[in-house]
Amino acid sequence: MNVTITLNGEARMFDVAGPESLLSVLRNDLDLPGTKDACEQGECGSCTVNMDGEALCSCLVMAVDADGSIVLTVEGLSSEGELHAVQDAMLKHGAVQCGFCTPGIVVAGSRLLESNPHPTEIEIREALSGNICRCTGYGAILRAFEDLAAEES
Amino acid sequence: MTTRTTTGVHSGIGTSVGRPDGEPKVTGNFAYASDLSADNMLWGATLRSPYAHARLVKLDIAPALAMAGVHAVLTQDDVPGEPRFGQEEQDQPVLCDGTAQYWGEPVAVVAAEDEETARLAAAAIVVEWEPLEPVVDPDAAVANGAAFREMKIRRGDEEAVGSIVVEGFYETAMQDQAPLGPEAGLAIPDGEGGLDLYITSQWIHVDHRQIIACLAMDPDQIRCHPAGIGGAFGSREDISVHIHVAMLSLATGRPVKMAYDRTESFVGHVKRHPARMWYRHEADDEGNLVKVTARLVLDGGGYAHTSRAVLANAAFFTVGAYRCDNVFVEAAVARTNNPPCGAMRGFGAVQTCFASEMQMDRLAEALDMDPLDLRRRNALAPGDAVATSGQIIEGSLPTIAAIDAVEAIPLPDLIEGDDPRLLPGGTGLTTPASSVVRGVGYAVGLKNLAFSEGFDDFAEARVVMTTSGVEVHTAAMEVGQGLVTVCQQIARTVLGTDRVAVVWDDTSQIGSAGSTSASRQTQMTGGAVHAAAVGLRDQIIAAHGGDELRDDGVYLKDERIATIDEVCVAGPVDCLVQFRHPETFPPDENGQGDVHAGFVVAAHRAVVDVDPELGLVRVVRVDTAQDVGTALNPQAITGQLEGGIMQGVGLAVMEQLVVKEGVILNPTFTDYLIPTFLDAPDVETRIIEEGDHWGPFGAKGIGESPTISSTPAIVAAINAATGQRLSKVPVLPGDIAGSG
Repeated sequence: MNVTITLNGEARMFDVAGPESLLSVLRNDLDLPGTKDACEQGECGSCTVNMDGEALCSCLVMAVDADGSIVLTVEGLSSEGELHAVQDAMLKHGAVQCGFCTPGIVVAGSRLLESNPHPTEIEIREALSGNICRCTGYGAILRAFEDLAAEES
Repeated sequence: MTTRTTTGVHSGIGTSVGRPDGEPKVTGNFAYASDLSADNMLWGATLRSPYAHARLVKLDIAPALAMAGVHAVLTQDDVPGEPRFGQEEQDQPVLCDGTAQYWGEPVAVVAAEDEETARLAAAAIVVEWEPLEPVVDPDAAVANGAAFREMKIRRGDEEAVGSIVVEGFYETAMQDQAPLGPEAGLAIPDGEGGLDLYITSQWIHVDHRQIIACLAMDPDQIRCHPAGIGGAFGSREDISVHIHVAMLSLATGRPVKMAYDRTESFVGHVKRHPARMWYRHEADDEGNLVKVTARLVLDGGGYAHTSRAVLANAAFFTVGAYRCDNVFVEAAVARTNNPPCGAMRGFGAVQTCFASEMQMDRLAEALDMDPLDLRRRNALAPGDAVATSGQIIEGSLPTIAAIDAVEAIPLPDLIEGDDPRLLPGGTGLTTPASSVVRGVGYAVGLKNLAFSEGFDDFAEARVVMTTSGVEVHTAAMEVGQGLVTVCQQIARTVLGTDRVAVVWDDTSQIGSAGSTSASRQTQMTGGAVHAAAVGLRDQIIAAHGGDELRDDGVYLKDERIATIDEVCVAGPVDCLVQFRHPETFPPDENGQGDVHAGFVVAAHRAVVDVDPELGLVRVVRVDTAQDVGTALNPQAITGQLEGGIMQGVGLAVMEQLVVKEGVILNPTFTDYLIPTFLDAPDVETRIIEEGDHWGPFGAKGIGESPTISSTPAIVAAINAATGQRLSKVPVLPGDIAGSG
């Protein structure tokens, strides 16, 4: 069936033949490989997208169920060469090593700050607890978000 | 020639400058191996053995070949060259050659129009197996002579006795590196019978050597290019998709991509060796170690991989960071039908550090002595002999300074209130705040730097001056650790310019950088970049008769005598260096000799909250003091320390591949637990700078130390909280429950 979504601000239409996940369609059909595929079980958060205001694992979303949704991927966070504040903070604090978890974390983290601009440490930890990072031990990521949380809105 | 070199450099060594690949990574534009594609590309898939040990009776590929969209189905009969590969010992067939030696051993590979067709076709291959009894007990295997390596260390007087004796038996689990980026590769035919291979790797030249041997091709016909890597931690030291994807591309004449899913990744790379370790420590009444006796058995699984070197590391670090004149170790790594094991961060030293640090705590208890005082009393220092090998330590080794520094970090307050997110077990479980008991534990870990035992260990780098800046050419794998930044910083400092870019060459363009493992690239490729940059600088200055190289040209007595354009008037100027560390030697028959190139030490202190009734643990803090030699990038060091500690947390309290009759029961992220943001303790770090005797600017590699002693520190803290003497990791709730 034909599915239409608003993807990073643009209307995109695609044809879904079967049980493809939104992750698979983003990566393989819509040429947006920034969203990562690491477990396909909703455990690691590497594939996190913002769908209708919620941070979701796109590997667990059937592509057909995304019909009519507003979807934001990591590629849509920065605009015209201007990095999103979360991306800036991640770089400043050295929160990126291999970077495979990074797209999911910046998407989940940007959604956190939209709903709660000044999260506490434990709120940051809980909001990002679905995003596994195997490199950093989370310390630098926490410092990046604490820095953002302390900013005047 | 005396030259000043720091003019105008803002992002040289000692700064926390950011990584050049940071922006593409935060924007989703960094291309990992699993993101690659090519026009007209086919997908590859692998059929694997469903048995840990079985004879291959019949293999019928016809049903797969008959499927629409299938272009090739290959078996071991199609391997054109050497039938077996392996980094140290070529013992594993490219595809099963008659008997499967472990669960998930590759049997056949398929290339098809799309990923789903490839997987369906692999499943359509008809295989008849005759299951055989798997060998799963490493002790029994060693007793039957099935060992990849056995070694003995015999140093000092076997008759020596101490007045205080403690014995223990310890076990560490099979741990997975679990890098987030799955194994992947893309092979593209070059139109002349050769291939360009884009692969995940820790050492593309050693992959290349194995690939061309199995394909029976000339070295220049196959070019291995590094593809973007999503973490490694040892898992990419050995071949995975490499030969398979190349064979499929050669057979079809089309680009072929393979990418493992998570379960295949768990099966498709080697793991940390599980270990069984019996120890006996003897000390005098003052707490001086008199004798250490140990027997170590590691399980190597179905094929050799790097088991021989892992065993040597385990054995040489049997005693840890302490002096002892009488040491007797018997060590073996078994050949079984369990999952193959190889490199993982810490490489054998993790296992014996856990056992020996538990022993040190038991010894302190028997002596009624402060555990840190016992460690200080026996601490290794420069000029001392390593307890096992007898090698005299050159360079720096601030063991006592590390212990003192970590002890001096203020302890955290008790958790107030009853927020379940801050209590053992978290929100899903029911520890009341009143049940929580706190414990504090310490551990110290020693690790060798770079390759050992006489291996000819070198790294090649080329530094090039161009009119638009400096290029550093290397084949050293950047796996996320930040080598790319350190290479830039070293070249900037030496050449007096911030305009430095790192260029990754393929295997045809530059020589080997050696492996991104053994904590070695900062010193080895960093050392090569340093030497090449110094060579380039001196060559340019000499050619123009100056006394200094700056960002904008060559200077003599503070006056510019040549611009960079003039320096490069005949084209780019370059310097190629092959860097080697101090020579090492194979051990003699008693395990004695100068087997290591250098040493690094770290100390960890863990603070845990435990619910002894339910057996739940929350790791509150893990603090560390780390010997770094010289800090080239403090922020990147902090990242290594925090990240390494988290893998130590994982082994301490959750990470374990559960293997039954050779079959992994939990090869998914649902069942193999990795510390999340809520499991992650706070970390306080102290960096200890005492320059080493080799390596750029006295820097040491610190990739592995954080993972080595963090695990025993956490278990020591649990012991302190519960009064137990735990002896295996991971410590699971059932090991603690009811101890309160």
